[in-house]
Amino acid sequence: MSATLQTLEAMERPPVRMTSRLEGELLEVSMGPQHPSTHGVFRMNVALEGEIVRKLKPVFGYLHRNHEQIGEHTTYLGSMPYTDRLDYFCSMSNNWAYALSVEKLAGIELPERAQYLRVILAELTRLQNHASLLGFLLSDMGAWGTPLMYAFREREKILDLFESLSGARMMCDYMRFGGCRVDASDEWLARAKQIVDRFPKFLDEFEELILGNEIVIARTQNVGTLSADLAISAGITGPMLRACGVNYDIRKVDGYGFYPRFKFRIPLGEHGDTYDRLMMRALEMRETIEILKQALAQIQPGPIVNPKVRIRAFRPPVGEAYGRIEAPKGELGFYLISDGGPNPYRYRVRPPSFINLTVLEDMCLGHSVADVMVILGSVDIVMGEVDR
Amino acid sequence: MMESLDQIKSRIEGAVPEAKIEIVQNGSPSQQQSLLLDSEHALAIGKFLRDDPALRLDFCSNVTGVDWLDRIVKKTIKIKTAVDGVEKEVDQTTEEKIPGYLEAVYHFYSIALKHGPVIIRMRTADRAEGARLPSLTPVWRSAEFQEREIFDLYGIRFDGHPDLRRILMWDEFEDYPMRKDYVQPDDFEWEPTPHDEVLARAKQHYTLRPELDGAEALRKG
Repeated sequence: MSATLQTLEAMERPPVRMTSRLEGELLEVSMGPQHPSTHGVFRMNVALEGEIVRKLKPVFGYLHRNHEQIGEHTTYLGSMPYTDRLDYFCSMSNNWAYALSVEKLAGIELPERAQYLRVILAELTRLQNHASLLGFLLSDMGAWGTPLMYAFREREKILDLFESLSGARMMCDYMRFGGCRVDASDEWLARAKQIVDRFPKFLDEFEELILGNEIVIARTQNVGTLSADLAISAGITGPMLRACGVNYDIRKVDGYGFYPRFKFRIPLGEHGDTYDRLMMRALEMRETIEILKQALAQIQPGPIVNPKVRIRAFRPPVGEAYGRIEAPKGELGFYLISDGGPNPYRYRVRPPSFINLTVLEDMCLGHSVADVMVILGSVDIVMGEVDR
Repeated sequence: MMESLDQIKSRIEGAVPEAKIEIVQNGSPSQQQSLLLDSEHALAIGKFLRDDPALRLDFCSNVTGVDWLDRIVKKTIKIKTAVDGVEKEVDQTTEEKIPGYLEAVYHFYSIALKHGPVIIRMRTADRAEGARLPSLTPVWRSAEFQEREIFDLYGIRFDGHPDLRRILMWDEFEDYPMRKDYVQPDDFEWEPTPHDEVLARAKQHYTLRPELDGAEALRKG
């Protein structure tokens, strides 16, 4: 961990001070929604002084379809495939968060193999999310295409795994209340093990290509620095919070699923800048590989679904529950209120990428327009989840 | 280990003496009970929850709204009446109408002490336009976008919020789409233009919820 962080110290430079002939004159620019670097349809109203950002107001809602309202008019199980569409990069994590909340609401226990399968699939999701995020971020910096294709090559292998298991590459709809939908064959597990074992080789190459790169360091170090206090107050979660040096990982804190059974470390940043956020993803992938290796070695044959759970006429008792997991982008939670009926009275998604955008303005002020794209890229957003 | 909700409640009452707090029971196996605060002292209670050394709820994770419609609760009581000169017990059913309200629910965790959740809720007086609650954004910045979302989708106005605007719907949109009695317009992108035929359509278009009628001005003028 420290070996790679050395470059950070060795190349630390004073922040670039920009002066502008247009001092005092503000120009209002609408960035997005149709811009390749906004990761979908995201818009920012920016007030610029020359090239320096003086004000930034995010504008949401271009992909809003009132997911929560639809969830309240659908049965509990009927919402499961729809959660895939929230953060469409990480459908397995979304499934898990929703299933976890419903299981809390109805008090459902899980068989052991289902827990292992969930950990394996959620961690594979994290692997492909972080890898492609690094690719996208490099794309935002102008390294157009090539790093992204390197990451996507690895992502394809994981998506192939998802496809052979669940039938879909991205919209997996894999988890059920009290278990999982289909069992993984021994061949599938062997194939997963093979991909996991080969992944560090890709990481070594990828990290060497990007993390020590002079341009990457110049564009990301001391850019978009976020203080730990502000991050905590603003409810930032996930790798972005840990890049500020705050040790908070729900896998460790809540110990949901079978995470307490695995040995893994939580990488922490020091400066809270864009480079640390980038680093955080690279280091987390290494730990994810450790979890996957342990899970794939420990998994035993057995039932994958709790037979007591009713699929038809599923009606949880009256009450409410909030369940949350450490999704690749941060804390993904579902808040459900049951009135005893077949569909939830209240169905709320706590979207990590939406709340992580709270501090976007604070991070961008005083930086140039070109940096805004890099800072936004390091937040890791997916508009399907931001707008819901 | 975190204190029980009863202990937290009595300590809040010690710190903010005028506060009226109730524990809302939760029948689900999740066992997540919550505290119902009166909106007058919510800000002071919020500061207490954040700064108290035993609680340190520095992380406001989830903020959301809930819409509760008017409910009718039926109660059956036995009363004694004289029927044909003989005293008899007769069941009498009374209907009590509980007025609806909007609710804001906050889930807090502590990053420093790694515990949680502590759930608090606040209720508005009614479901009318302009129902108000105090904003907790001055205490937890995390509530900024989430309270805006509640305002957008449920129509609760948060006093003390620095930038209360619609967030997911467009600014010109009327009505609150997450309310339980929300009726969709038949055409979202339809705009009235000053022609007779179209004006007639405008009247028909907005008859479902006349109190939120955007074409009211047109009809008069």
